[in-house]
Amino acid sequence: MIPGLEHYLVVSALLFCLGLLGVITRRNLLVMYMSLELMLNAANLALVSFSRFNNNLNGQVLVFFIITVAAAEVSVGLALIVALYRKRQTAHVEDLTTMKL
Amino acid sequence: MPALPDILFYVFAFLTLLCGVLVVANPFSRNPVTSAMFLVLTIISLAGLFVLLHAFFLAAVQILVYAGAVMVLFLFVIMLLDLKEEERRKIKMFSLIGGLVSVGAIATIFLKVLVAAKPDANASAPSLEGETAALGKLLFTQYLLPFEVVSVLLLVAMMGVILLSKKDLK
Repeated sequence: MIPGLEHYLVVSALLFCLGLLGVITRRNLLVMYMSLELMLNAANLALVSFSRFNNNLNGQVLVFFIITVAAAEVSVGLALIVALYRKRQTAHVEDLTTMKL
Repeated sequence: MPALPDILFYVFAFLTLLCGVLVVANPFSRNPVTSAMFLVLTIISLAGLFVLLHAFFLAAVQILVYAGAVMVLFLFVIMLLDLKEEERRKIKMFSLIGGLVSVGAIATIFLKVLVAAKPDANASAPSLEGETAALGKLLFTQYLLPFEVVSVLLLVAMMGVILLSKKDLK
């Protein structure tokens, strides 16, 4: 079968689901963060394939911006994790229950 | 006899999903470094998919920014935190079941929508080439303001990171 838009969208949807599964099941902050990156990448793949199959470059520009913002987001998030680790000596969500009633 | 790009699509899609599974649920190792390495592989095979979609500039950016800068940052932080003791924690049954149920629901919705929408019927034959020149022209004319705003965002993120990683955080 010649891969069309649907094939790319299925790959993107499955990748997004994998990322979501990682965010829900894994309890390590860093691995959760990596799963978040997986979800962002799935959205990028969907946008690029829409851009390709609709003859419209705007999707690619949007992906360019998403990559830039994701880089900024990763740097800030990791700095937050490092600051948290300095205070609590853990990067595990089950040890961070201060806001639990 | 299918053409080479068609075969390559299936190869890259399989690699992407396989490495994605290994990022999230690696049966052999719970080590974050392993997850990070498989995330690099996922990103590289996604860049391969971008090349198949004729988005050459984005493929290059994907490898440079994601596989290069972002993953180095991840590995750096993993080594800084020294997370060895995290390995022996078990995944809880409750969160696993909850995760599988919700992800199954989302996946069902996605696939139902895909079947209902039939995006291939509306899609035109791809004639546009993802040329870097056209992309650059668009970026510096129509999207000039967002481009500048993003550069300010990067500056702000840099300042935030420096402030957050100072030793005496109040």
